[in-house]
Amino acid sequence: MEIIEEKPEKTILLLGNEAITRGAIEAGVDVATTYPGTPSSEIADTFSHIAKYLKKKKIKPSFYFQYSVNEKVALEVAAAASFSKLRSLTCMKHVGLNVASDAFMTYLYVGCKGGHVIISADDPACHSSQNEQDNRYFAIFASCPMLEPTTPQEAKEMTRIGFDLSEELKSPILLRTTTRLNHARGPVTLKKPKSSKGKGFFEKDPDLVTVPATARKKHPELLEKMKKAAEMSDKSPFNEFIQIGEKTKMGILTSGVSYNYVKEAAEELSLDVTILKLGMTHPIPPKMTKKLLTDCDTVVVVEELEPILEDQIHKIAHEQGINVSILGKSTGHFSRLYEYNPDIVTTVLAKIFDKKVPFPASKKTSIELPSRPPALCPGCPHRATYYAVKQVAPKGTVYPTDIGCYTLGKAPPLKMADLLLCMGSNAGTACGLAISTDQKIISYMGDSTFFHSGIPPVINAVHHNHDVVITVLDNRTTAMTGHQPNPGTETDGMGEDARRILVEDVVKGCGVEHIEIVNPNNVKKTSEAFKRALDFKGTSVVVSKAPCILLRNRDLRRAGRVVPTFEIDQEKCTQCETCLNDFGCPAFYKKEDGRIFIDEQQCNGCGNCLQVCPKKAIKVRKEDA
Amino acid sequence: MKTSIVLTGVGGQGVITATNILGKAAVNAGVQVYASEVHGMAQRGGSVYCTVRMGDVSSPLIASGTADVIVSTEPIEALRYIQYANKKTKVITDTNPVVPFTVNVGGEAYPPLETVYKEISAHAELITLDALQLAKDAGARITKNIVLLGALAATGLLPFDSNILLETIFANVPPKFKLINEKAFTGGMNAVSKK
Repeated sequence: MEIIEEKPEKTILLLGNEAITRGAIEAGVDVATTYPGTPSSEIADTFSHIAKYLKKKKIKPSFYFQYSVNEKVALEVAAAASFSKLRSLTCMKHVGLNVASDAFMTYLYVGCKGGHVIISADDPACHSSQNEQDNRYFAIFASCPMLEPTTPQEAKEMTRIGFDLSEELKSPILLRTTTRLNHARGPVTLKKPKSSKGKGFFEKDPDLVTVPATARKKHPELLEKMKKAAEMSDKSPFNEFIQIGEKTKMGILTSGVSYNYVKEAAEELSLDVTILKLGMTHPIPPKMTKKLLTDCDTVVVVEELEPILEDQIHKIAHEQGINVSILGKSTGHFSRLYEYNPDIVTTVLAKIFDKKVPFPASKKTSIELPSRPPALCPGCPHRATYYAVKQVAPKGTVYPTDIGCYTLGKAPPLKMADLLLCMGSNAGTACGLAISTDQKIISYMGDSTFFHSGIPPVINAVHHNHDVVITVLDNRTTAMTGHQPNPGTETDGMGEDARRILVEDVVKGCGVEHIEIVNPNNVKKTSEAFKRALDFKGTSVVVSKAPCILLRNRDLRRAGRVVPTFEIDQEKCTQCETCLNDFGCPAFYKKEDGRIFIDEQQCNGCGNCLQVCPKKAIKVRKEDA
Repeated sequence: MKTSIVLTGVGGQGVITATNILGKAAVNAGVQVYASEVHGMAQRGGSVYCTVRMGDVSSPLIASGTADVIVSTEPIEALRYIQYANKKTKVITDTNPVVPFTVNVGGEAYPPLETVYKEISAHAELITLDALQLAKDAGARITKNIVLLGALAATGLLPFDSNILLETIFANVPPKFKLINEKAFTGGMNAVSKK
């Protein structure tokens, strides 16, 4: 556990997310909360790993950490810690801040006491997300000071110093990252951690109750705070001019990971240019930006997604009457779409500066390769549930789905995903479909999603007697984001025993009259349960319970047992292709001669194919038997 | 001086672990390093693309045509990212295909391996090895990524001694698996050195 055991001044390799956790520990953080979501998850997981590691060694961790039920609750828990004068941290993916935004918007009016760093991990290019919204707008929207790191080292330092900044301004700070920072690894030099407080004290203060009179008083205070923040931005160590080559009238304004591509491109292209690199990006430093605009006759803005810096400097140039040419998205040089990379940035800068792209010739292959999108793992119990549903659901059944591994059921041959907006939307949209159509509705959500935001729409369905089947795919973990615990598990993020809440108990409490509890690894019984649920007039819930196959196999391996894999008896196989075309387990493949095989590298040994194969041609692989 | 490495393969084959070990080895060797990884949804059996850059670098990502080595745990995944290679790039790949489900049910085709190898050779310098078999010989299928790190070390393109890489591997696996990993690493090294 070098992240906490290496000595100060030592340099170690850390993931951007791990560096953020280390920064918080160096700042003496007391309370950290999250709801997991890629690309933010490893920030929280690192807190959890450290806590569990220390628990084994019987050492009390310097912090309390929690996987909260959702991002809004996570923010509220940490905000209360801050009101009790403790340093707190909340991390989430970008769309998580939508969930937390109700608390967030008013939190800025109230302000904080103990330093509070809120991390929004944005995902340009939607590597693992349903949109690529630019959460820098949230900083502007809520008047929240914002920092944006470029490297893991800077992520650690910004988190550490972010707590000081937060306390000085009495405002939470938004640390806005992107996937290429969260999931970049780089060397990080450690500093000695400050001691945390352990316990704080909540002093009563009428200003913490945001009745309209308080809000009207607090809003002008917030605007004053932002003026002070702008002065601090001009003095921030994270905002700096960097000169590449000779001083000319050419400038570049950039921030976040884009700076990495700009710096290398400027060196590769031998540019003569002044770079203003912003780390504190809200408020932008007024004096420094004015200097850049005055000193240069052309300023190129390099920022991913929305033209946020670009629009602001257009405004400054206009207000100050500065005659400067600003190149960026408004001039068509850069795109508002997806993430940038060295190719994009180097090519655009080469064009603007009239240079030749310096990279050796290369091209994509002209051979058509089969696509390899992510898929439900071989052995995933969700596949068994989906297969069972397919046996009984009438044609035209609509399948609203949700955020999690099970979204991957969208792919053929299962095609078990028809509609998805956001966390919890499966059951809400199921209600609307029941009103709007006569089609059968079977919706899907995972256990973690159920606790996150899936319960209110179940209540909505019951109260209005909507004729829907709502399925909770209960694999007892938050699998997609890295197997975090949730209220359905017996331990919490600190590794402590936790009260396990059963999905079926909750839905019973919500008034659901028809509840089916099934083990999807028994395909026939699962089909029968779905048939009964479909026949029931009104809201029914099917809880499909089986542990994630990856966890099952991890436990088997830890216990020293071999995970059996399966193979096809070519004598018995008639090549009916049920395994391929109906079940769709990705471990199966067909050779050119038509024979079907199970890939030993991929088989996770669930054995569900034995129930699916009509010729009973599948058996345990010889070398594993 | 920059060394740029692409590591690719299929989610679950240890590509991210290999990336992490390579990065840690660079830090242990006192070499500046940045790496980038793919986590989350992209890992579920999908195509995985990671990069490691060492030396005088700022960006973890690689520009087209600038990779020194592409290491792949699967043949077509090496070809999928071939635009990062130039004529001098060494492409090291395992020879065991993992056929994606899009071939089984989507009507897409997995090209013949001879075609894949011929195409890679037209772009770069190809090195193939049966890393899965070498991993099994070492004692565990899951050490395939370590076999490939051994093969990478044998190219002599890493800016540090291969022993530093092996020591970093030892520091990152449970002690009882040390011998298996050593066999896997040596197996990969020898397979390439012989060529």
